[in-house]
Amino acid sequence: MSDTPAQSVAFVRETQIPPSPPPASESGALKWARDNLFSTPLNGIMTIVALFLIWRLLDFAVPWIANGVWNSDSLAGCREALDGAVGACFSVLTERWNQLLFGFKYPSELYWRPSLAFILLFVAAAPVLFSMLPRRLLYFTGIYPFLAYWLIWGGTILIPIVALLGFVVGYFVFRSLEAKSFAGAMGGAVVGAIATWWIGGFVSEAAASVLAFEPVASRDLGGFMLNMILGTVCVSLSLPLGIVLALGRQSDLPIIKFICVIFIEFVRGVPLITLLFVANVVLAYFLPPGTNFDLILRVIIMITMFSAAYIAEVIRGGLAALPRGQYEAADSLGLDYPQAMRLIILPQALKISIPGIVNVAVGLFKDTTLVSVISMFDLVGMIRGPILASTEWNGVYWELFSFAALLFFVVCYGISQYSQWLERQLQTDHR
Amino acid sequence: MAMTEEAIEPAALTVSDEVAVEIRNMNKWYGSFHVLRDIDLTVYRGERIVICGPSGSGKSTLIRCINALEEHQKGSITVDGTLLSSDIKNIDTIRSEVGMVFQHFNLFPHLTILENCTLAPMWVRKIPKKEAEETAMHFLEKVKIPEQAGKYPGQLSGGQQQRVAIARSLCMRPRIMLFDEPTSALDPEMISEVLDTMIELAEEGMTMLCVTHEMGFARKVANRVIFMDAGQIVEQNEPEEFFQNPKSDRTKLFLSQILGH
Amino acid sequence: MSTLADPPSESFRLSMLLNDTRYRSLTFQFIALMLLVAAIAYLGSNLVSNLRAAGLNISFDFLRDPAGYDINQRPIEYTSQSTHLRASIVGILNTLIVAFLACITATLFGVLAGVLRLSNNWIIARLMSVYVEAFRNVPVLIWIIIIFSIMTVSLPGPREFRGENPTASMAFFESVAFTNRGVFIPGPNFTNPLFASAGLNWLLVLAVLVASWFGARMLAKWATDRHEATGIRPTTWYYSLAIWVVPVAALLSLMGLTWEYPELRGFNFQGGIQIRGSLIALWFALAIYTGAFIAENVRAGIQAIPKGQTEAAASLGLRPNRIMSLVVLPQALRVIIPPLISQYLNITKNSSLAIAVGYMDVTGTLGGITLNQTGRAIEAILLLMLFYLVISLSISAVMNVYNNAVKLKER
Repeated sequence: MSDTPAQSVAFVRETQIPPSPPPASESGALKWARDNLFSTPLNGIMTIVALFLIWRLLDFAVPWIANGVWNSDSLAGCREALDGAVGACFSVLTERWNQLLFGFKYPSELYWRPSLAFILLFVAAAPVLFSMLPRRLLYFTGIYPFLAYWLIWGGTILIPIVALLGFVVGYFVFRSLEAKSFAGAMGGAVVGAIATWWIGGFVSEAAASVLAFEPVASRDLGGFMLNMILGTVCVSLSLPLGIVLALGRQSDLPIIKFICVIFIEFVRGVPLITLLFVANVVLAYFLPPGTNFDLILRVIIMITMFSAAYIAEVIRGGLAALPRGQYEAADSLGLDYPQAMRLIILPQALKISIPGIVNVAVGLFKDTTLVSVISMFDLVGMIRGPILASTEWNGVYWELFSFAALLFFVVCYGISQYSQWLERQLQTDHR
Repeated sequence: MAMTEEAIEPAALTVSDEVAVEIRNMNKWYGSFHVLRDIDLTVYRGERIVICGPSGSGKSTLIRCINALEEHQKGSITVDGTLLSSDIKNIDTIRSEVGMVFQHFNLFPHLTILENCTLAPMWVRKIPKKEAEETAMHFLEKVKIPEQAGKYPGQLSGGQQQRVAIARSLCMRPRIMLFDEPTSALDPEMISEVLDTMIELAEEGMTMLCVTHEMGFARKVANRVIFMDAGQIVEQNEPEEFFQNPKSDRTKLFLSQILGH
Repeated sequence: MSTLADPPSESFRLSMLLNDTRYRSLTFQFIALMLLVAAIAYLGSNLVSNLRAAGLNISFDFLRDPAGYDINQRPIEYTSQSTHLRASIVGILNTLIVAFLACITATLFGVLAGVLRLSNNWIIARLMSVYVEAFRNVPVLIWIIIIFSIMTVSLPGPREFRGENPTASMAFFESVAFTNRGVFIPGPNFTNPLFASAGLNWLLVLAVLVASWFGARMLAKWATDRHEATGIRPTTWYYSLAIWVVPVAALLSLMGLTWEYPELRGFNFQGGIQIRGSLIALWFALAIYTGAFIAENVRAGIQAIPKGQTEAAASLGLRPNRIMSLVVLPQALRVIIPPLISQYLNITKNSSLAIAVGYMDVTGTLGGITLNQTGRAIEAILLLMLFYLVISLSISAVMNVYNNAVKLKER
């Protein structure tokens, strides 16, 4: 007797079975529809309901947009042109295009200046957003804020140049003292910068007409331009402030930690509107008597504080996510606190925080519409104020608000898509 | 152990009578928990000391006190003639004289291997970049991974990362090296490459304090083995004697547990 | 690193303030504190001299003065003769009302959209993505204004409901009127109340509901005990339904619950409950906008549970609904609830946008009309911030309690 059954279990395959297509019911559009639309009765019902809703929406929206009137001079003109048919009155957008973008007081012959600043914004932002671009472009990014200020507000070019010069002097003072002591270098840099500004102040005052553009007052800014200005300025200013606050909150020194915690929790605990009220009616009481900060500057101060608190919390999350070993390794190599933070901790923590920071930035950009509540004429303020109040366009709600929504959607969706792309990029990076 | 078998000739390694680290009556508490109790230890230049003991016995804490990663509350530590005090200059001096290798490597993941190695020499020792890079390449060749210099830590295997960590410490030209369980986070097949690097270092006469459970390494390289338990030094001896003829019951129990199978 | 004690034999030198870890941190903190004090002193002295120049002082006495303005939505009794303080309280209640309604609705929208976005129905999943992206990326202020425009511009006026051939008609069997003055819905009334005050009657209903809740809890506990003792879980859903429905229904019929329907009288609808367009705009805009964020949180929470958890539970033989309720949900909720609570906080803070549509919340009363009438900007805004801070801190406290309660026990 043997252990093996009568038929031998031994088996050798000598030919390979060629791959064959799946049975017909397992492929094609029909299978896709069955799997993805009608897999269960409930799914089937939901599909039909969804299709019905989409059809209803399109049934209304398509003729509304397709019949839209683009060239009349008032709502009455639109109604006449439509003659009872359903259709949008997009003429308000073409007619008031410049007001929507620049506000109603910005001198129309100077529109090219903010437009140029807007185009250059992309050039300045590109090297920050895409690390594969040549690093030399960052010099332009550094110059851009001063250039944009000159373009939008006008006046002599000496003011932005002196401001820039102050930073440059500060930087070089810092570099030359850095080796001795970080704190000393920082102090020296601040002194150097202030001295430059002080001296430069006299120069630019004395020569106010050198390369001067026609000046435009802050209160004349408006429209989507105002949203863009507030958004970019406040995000860029709040980033360094947020880093400082986050480091303070993570610090071992109880008093510094306490100050930062109070500031962050206070700002995060109140709505932005109350801070804008502060900018509007209260802040002036706390500024030196006799000075007159204009409203846009006060608003920038408050929004910057607001977003700095949120960015600080994001960066704190990034700092907390770093393993303890990174701090220890930096210590054991003999790096001091500023060196460890600058070379080891912050580069990593900021990288982890980028998606969160972008979220804060998108939220902040959307929140710039709140300034319309304190009667500044940003995009929403323009629509609700001068445009809807005018006799020609009283009652054109949908076209205007759809346009505003679309404009914000394009910018915010674009930024969040960029953030997701960056996140994927960082995940594969260096791994 | 996956190592070459012959032990290093003791005669090849000279232990001078110059003192490298002197710990006197050192005590440390975490809150009310007494982690280190009356530690007395003198390390002479050129010594290779292996510290072993059950987990929680305070062995890592001991070597982390030597470069002030942990503060001690009582007693004194003198490193290379410098008394470890609360003076920040003092701490910085000691840290740049003492290299440390961690269990989890702690390489900086955002910097390349080369940048990891040149960072501290450039910022702490103020060495020009070119010179720092030459030194870094020299030590990367020594740990046998010069070809990885341009890569990032995340692209390397654990064993390679740990060798980079050793090279990074060596770039500071330390006079003493501390190893905190350098092989316990590694896959088994990578342990030997790290131990080989450490053996080479020992052969060059580096003063080394190693917290490790690699008893083969201890037998072969160490000139002294210290056994710690419950925050105290329980037994210390030459490796031969320590393994063959342990005196304390706790040492015997520990050795039977780790050599049991 | 800080104090390394023992040899402190060396004498104190001034340079140790900077170089010694024992004093270094004190030095820095002292400098920071001095800077802070200097900044506060500077701002304070500016404040004092500015106030003196304007002939003002800081005083909260204005809260006791008559407000002199009307509020169209009054949860408590209020006339234009009431004090500013009472106006602020009405505002606070209105804030809480809209925040509460919006939180509930936003959670519904968010959970629904979040779950459906993970559905294997392609078209539904797409639709939900469109919803989330469209609403997240447009400012909530624009949504509020759009819905407010629908409520006030697109809906018919009350007089269009009038006449032989009205151009508008009431919905839901002649019970609800959508007009540009608000939505009118039937209001409950008691013909045979147990108490004279309507509030007490409703409190009684609430008390019965709370009692039912305890009853349901006890039933669930009994079922669990049976389950643990015998291994078989008794079917209890019809008991628990009865515990919820029967007592309330009995009480309501005892008190003679009737519905008062809105009717067109004169130029407007009378009777029932009027929900103003501004409330609806704020409520739904906040709910839809925040719902989009909650949907993302819910989706992330469900996706955060590794597939291995489901597979492990399935390999133990648990059925899909038990896997959901015993393994996936308890873990997903840990991830979902903290961001959900901070979304509630956002709703409360964003409800301050009420001022854009004239809904009289606390920002509209205390921070709006009261501020403008009395000119007490500093005091009014201080109180306003204080209110929001109290709300935020209480919500954070709730969140901390929750986080500590569900923290995974780890070594």
